[in-house]
Amino acid sequence: MINYLLRRFAQAILTLLVVSFILFGLISAVPGGFMTVYAEKSDMNPEDLARIRAKLGLDDPIPVRYVKWLGSLLQGDWGKSLVSKRPVLEEISSRLPNTLLLMSLMLICTLLIAIPLGIFSAIKQYSWFDHFFTTLAFAGQSLPVFWFGLLLIIVFAVLLRGPDGNPLLPGAGMYTLGEPFSLWDRIRHLILPVSMLTFVSSAEYMRYMRSAMLDVIHEDYIRTARAKGLREWKVIFKHAFRNAIIPMATLVSLDLPSLFGGALFTETIFAWPGIGRLYFTAALKNDYPLVMATLIIYSGLIILSNLLVDFVYATLDPRIRLS
Amino acid sequence: MTTPTLSASQSPWQLFWRRFRKHVMAMFSLFLMGLISLLIAFAPLLATQDPMKQNLRNRFQPPSAAHWMGTDDLGRDLWTRILYGGRISLTVGMLAMAVSVVLGSLIGLFSGYYGGWIDSLLMRLTEIFLSIPRLFVLIALGMFLRSLDLPNLQAGSFFPIALVIGTLSWMGTARMVRASTLALREREFVQACRALGGSDWRILFQHILPNVASPIIVSATLGLSGAIISESGLSYLGFGVQLPTPTWGNMLSNTQSQMTTAPWTAIFPGMMIFLVVISINYIGDGLRDALDPRHTPR
Repeated sequence: MINYLLRRFAQAILTLLVVSFILFGLISAVPGGFMTVYAEKSDMNPEDLARIRAKLGLDDPIPVRYVKWLGSLLQGDWGKSLVSKRPVLEEISSRLPNTLLLMSLMLICTLLIAIPLGIFSAIKQYSWFDHFFTTLAFAGQSLPVFWFGLLLIIVFAVLLRGPDGNPLLPGAGMYTLGEPFSLWDRIRHLILPVSMLTFVSSAEYMRYMRSAMLDVIHEDYIRTARAKGLREWKVIFKHAFRNAIIPMATLVSLDLPSLFGGALFTETIFAWPGIGRLYFTAALKNDYPLVMATLIIYSGLIILSNLLVDFVYATLDPRIRLS
Repeated sequence: MTTPTLSASQSPWQLFWRRFRKHVMAMFSLFLMGLISLLIAFAPLLATQDPMKQNLRNRFQPPSAAHWMGTDDLGRDLWTRILYGGRISLTVGMLAMAVSVVLGSLIGLFSGYYGGWIDSLLMRLTEIFLSIPRLFVLIALGMFLRSLDLPNLQAGSFFPIALVIGTLSWMGTARMVRASTLALREREFVQACRALGGSDWRILFQHILPNVASPIIVSATLGLSGAIISESGLSYLGFGVQLPTPTWGNMLSNTQSQMTTAPWTAIFPGMMIFLVVISINYIGDGLRDALDPRHTPR
């Protein structure tokens, strides 16, 4: 067991190193790169630029620069944003609560909607209920998210009006400018982005829950449970559901890193000041340190969640750690 | 499910078609995709204007007889741009899908067939590609491509995007092909070919590949719709195919500010993406039902 866990851990570290090297190489290879900030200033002459290049160590080969960069990363120096001049970690952590608020609400709504729908679709397979919701979920999975967001804005923030003649729901931001914080105002701003995210991810979760449930329903132990005369709801919720939820738990834990990355499209469209939007604007403005830091943290979280899923499985299933 | 009666006159193709025809949504989608492909193929004949021609006095015209889908912020005809944009969107999708299917199949075949260190190496590679945040890295690569300042030629501007999307989406195919290859490697017909002195190359491409063709075809279909969504999302954000060359994605990019005055600029391009993607997904669903006898349609 310990051996297996150590091996997986070492692999994860190695993966993270390779991923960070690839990402670093990619960002470093951008023509102009860090120097565009200086090159844009017209009063810089070429000799000055060359001196700055040499001073910043930009003339070193990429592996050398990678090692230096990794060293300062490990010491907690992740660099400063080229745009705001603030440390990138500070930038990211200031946006993190907003993203977590949005994404955790989304996750709760999704689970509350998708799990019951998936279960009932599976129990009533081929009923009108099942047909309606599987078709809706299929459409939801084929929907370009950003377009769906635009449609929501057209309908709820442009066309539909509240009793006071203003748009029914705000289509951008986290709060109404110039007003003191109020919970109701925050909720109104959350409705559209959370609905957009929930609809799209419910589609995936619901289909997954349905097929997990269908797999379980045809197992022998369900037939046994029925044969010994258990009530149908007890068969479904005590026997089937508890087994069907396991693959769902895997799906959720593999999706956890995306709570950090947030929903780039949603945050961009609804001007929600989270990590996704921060990354998008950083990429638009060629803010390399910020782009790089976000990529590394995100990749690290993905690798970490994969590792956690492996650990949990290894503790639950002895066959895995022995193979 | 009824087992189709086998008669001597039925080729595998006929069997496949009989099953595929039963999937109503897939048949309807096939028809819709055919129609959209024809519209796009004959774009120069069907377009009412030049896709690039600006007419600032004619901006934000609502849909009318002269402009079937209205005009955009620069007075360009949306119907025309939808037709030409579809060419790019679908071409990028196909190219990206081709890249991902070829990469995924080769990696899966080699990994499953050779095993050992080749397998470990290739599966580590797959794991590495699976642990990068796809959309975020696509944006970073888009940033990279943008800074290269490629000439805005038709081919020059969208080929790299397709390549990038393809190289970031082969992992699922690779894992699936590997699993099938692992199972096929020990089968008698493969052993027989090896006993007869068949080379690895011959075994891989003449015996194993045809046997994994069905799942590859299904994942290629789903890969196509995924690639179209990726391209349009990336172009919407401004990191994909660059304006003024139209694609369904970048036609949406400035529309958010025009929502109150000209909602049609946002509705039509997105509707095309949605229709094409849902059609392809339904076709993929139908293909899976028809190609995989073990898969019971759900």
